[in-house]
Amino acid sequence: MWLALEPRGQRSAFWTYGSPVLALLLTVVTAAIIFAALGQDPAKALWTFLVEPLTSASGLPELFVKAAPLILIGVGLSIGFRANVWNIGAEGQFTLGAIFGGWVALRVGEGSGWWVFPAMLLASILGGMIWAAIPALLKTRFNANEILTSLMLTYVAQLLLLYLVTGPWKDPEGYGFPQTAMFGDAATAPILIAETRLHLGVFVAFVAALLGWLILSKSLLGFQLRVLGSAPRAARFAGFSESGLIWLSLLLGGGLAGLAGLFEVAGPIGQLTPSISPGYGFTAIIVAFLGRLHPLGVVLAGLVLALSYLGGEAAQIDLGLPNAVTGIFQGILLFYLLGCDVLILYRLRFGGKQLGGKSLRGASR
Amino acid sequence: MPLLQLEGIVKQFPGCLANDQVDLALMPGEIHALLGENGAGKSTLVKIIYGVQQPDAGQIRWQGEAVEIANPAQARRLGIGMVFQHFSLFESLTVAENIALGISDARQRKGLRSRISDISRSYGLLLDPDRAVHDLSVGERQRVEIVRCLLQEPRLLIMDEPTSVLTPQEVEKLFATLRRLAAEGCAILYISHKLEEIRALCHEATIMRQGKVVATCDPRQETAERLAELMIGSRVSAPDRPASSQADKPVKLAVSHLSLKSDQQFGIDLKDISFGVRGGEILGIGGVAGNGQSELMAALSGETPVAAAESIRIGDVAAGRLGPAQRRLLGACFVPEERNGHGAVSAFSLTDNAFLSAFRRRSLTRHGLIEGEKTRRFADDIIRLFDVRGRGVRAEARSLSGGNLQKFIVGREILQRPDLLVVAQPTWGVDAGAAAAIHQALIDLAAQGAAIVIISQDLDEILLLCQRIAVINLGRLSAPRPVGEVTVEQIGLLMGGVHGTAPDEQLEGEQPRVART
Repeated sequence: MWLALEPRGQRSAFWTYGSPVLALLLTVVTAAIIFAALGQDPAKALWTFLVEPLTSASGLPELFVKAAPLILIGVGLSIGFRANVWNIGAEGQFTLGAIFGGWVALRVGEGSGWWVFPAMLLASILGGMIWAAIPALLKTRFNANEILTSLMLTYVAQLLLLYLVTGPWKDPEGYGFPQTAMFGDAATAPILIAETRLHLGVFVAFVAALLGWLILSKSLLGFQLRVLGSAPRAARFAGFSESGLIWLSLLLGGGLAGLAGLFEVAGPIGQLTPSISPGYGFTAIIVAFLGRLHPLGVVLAGLVLALSYLGGEAAQIDLGLPNAVTGIFQGILLFYLLGCDVLILYRLRFGGKQLGGKSLRGASR
Repeated sequence: MPLLQLEGIVKQFPGCLANDQVDLALMPGEIHALLGENGAGKSTLVKIIYGVQQPDAGQIRWQGEAVEIANPAQARRLGIGMVFQHFSLFESLTVAENIALGISDARQRKGLRSRISDISRSYGLLLDPDRAVHDLSVGERQRVEIVRCLLQEPRLLIMDEPTSVLTPQEVEKLFATLRRLAAEGCAILYISHKLEEIRALCHEATIMRQGKVVATCDPRQETAERLAELMIGSRVSAPDRPASSQADKPVKLAVSHLSLKSDQQFGIDLKDISFGVRGGEILGIGGVAGNGQSELMAALSGETPVAAAESIRIGDVAAGRLGPAQRRLLGACFVPEERNGHGAVSAFSLTDNAFLSAFRRRSLTRHGLIEGEKTRRFADDIIRLFDVRGRGVRAEARSLSGGNLQKFIVGREILQRPDLLVVAQPTWGVDAGAAAAIHQALIDLAAQGAAIVIISQDLDEILLLCQRIAVINLGRLSAPRPVGEVTVEQIGLLMGGVHGTAPDEQLEGEQPRVART
């Protein structure tokens, strides 16, 4: 008795959406086993990790605050991924957005004016776009692989940030800590609900998801991106500009990542420090795939992955587990998701039931 | 006793019963035709014989003994050789190196070059063992594959659609070789859908339709019409011939001195191509595959723009530098050779595929948004008017059979009412019924005043549809001539007469080429 994969011949609509659900279930089961192996009561640990963060009064708003950058970046990435543009460097674009927006905030200081925050938004979008324009240029001019270039630029961006906050932008009254001055009131993201940290970025993330969905499914532009991703020769046949679409995908993803970076530093953090992101730019890649590269799916996936951050903090505080729990949870989830996605194109068959088992050899190809 | 006997072979693929209780018997020295339309199950059956695939049920007997052929290596050990439709040769290696690669036994590699020469001489398969494969014509590449098989001294040779890439003269040479092999006792299983060939070559024919054997007969005793009926299951009528003279109509496409360097390593450069097509006219461009057809198609469609704008004029406009979108707005539409992934997106619905190339001419967008309802109606029109059988506008393109998808693509372009339609391989891999419908649609479009260019390797198709024919060879195009004024032999010489020699010497100017014929 053994298992074999057999091609379905066409995509399974059920498993396209069933796969992430199954992957989540398997991840939870695996997490329970890992908790047990660490000497924890699995039920209690899972409760701490997955449910407890939501039970406090600040739980839900915090979930949305953590989800906002993931959704903003995830929407941009999923649009690019649909076009086969593999921007892996959202973390760097996020950082540049924070730096550009932060520069405006630091220049303004304690000054005020209605234009301060909008100017920061625009600057951050510009910063993210500039950082994404480098892989776009290298890809369209020299056919350089954007996976490598965008990823490597992430580390350049982080070093640039480190240089700024330890050098020219260091807060002179910061007791030597590597950080800038706190942003002024006019340079802080407006809070939507008093007594919470729920800021404007959460609202912007949901609007971005809605617009992303509209672009991808209803517009000529989205159609062009989808054709480029599914059949590049058909895109050329139809007369779509491949390099134009690559530029657009990267600039869109970079701009949204930059915006996400600004909302982090102008929202929950309030200043530039060397560690402005717990890997949002990378986690957003998981968000994009878990959300089936669909902007509305990205919203749900963003909330799930945001919970893994909150759960990691809770597990650290209540159970004394290392913060690495978050990364392990995210990694296992991606692992199972990629595994379960096989079911979209293949079905499982138990050996021995087919005619003489001969179909197995054919199916294994 | 039969050399090979198949009894009740069954092979099931997801959603398709490829072979349904197939019986087949092959005698030594027999040239046996396996005849059927695309998708009739011929290729699956030979893959089972050659060990590429395993049957779900049924029995294979080799010289009377039941055998299981687990893989091609075992098939070769039994004495079964196969020449595939698509060759597996390394372009940058020589003939001898390519053949040596297929031989696992080091001792056999000794004296290989002299054995290659022996075999190629005794069977009339002229080959130079030291030439690199990328220099060879398609016909010569096929000879390499055949020699590779013959070195194993096969008892049975399987040939899969061997003549689709050959000129008429090369076909004659191939047949002489095959007859010689058969006379020496080697059985040949000959797969084809070309009826005249089979009547000329084969002693016995097994005809398949939808996975089943529907008849066995002696093809020499049957008419081509009768064989076609058996193969297709119904009568197919020839399309109405188009009218002949369009001399007074406006020129819709004028190509003059078009030259284009290929950006592929083994691609073909287009050299000084000139021709014109008038409204109402169908021009055929024949030639053996890989002589610049795809490069010419890309230059005409705008997928590869040309630096000299004047070298391609669509209507009154110098269009060389324009992309496909702008050329469409000038009234030109295109049907590329490859359906899946080029003419259509396999994973998209028919609605989306209708939108793909037609949204500009059919105004299917407003304010940058897709007009869903209008696009659906357009897709539905194509399906209705061109008899596209499938599960309607929501069906994915890849769920359609080759013939139905081709009807959809041709229909999509024709319903844009083009002034100029350039079609590559309109009926490649398409069943006979769909091919007839596509032919009729092209003739009707020309009758309405459009100019049509058909780039096809199928000479019969060109002779059936076109008023004039030109032949492309190594990136050069012969002067178009009226179909009634050239013989098949003359076309054959244009197609391949210069292969294997320095092309530039042979092709100096137009005159010598015509004179050669």
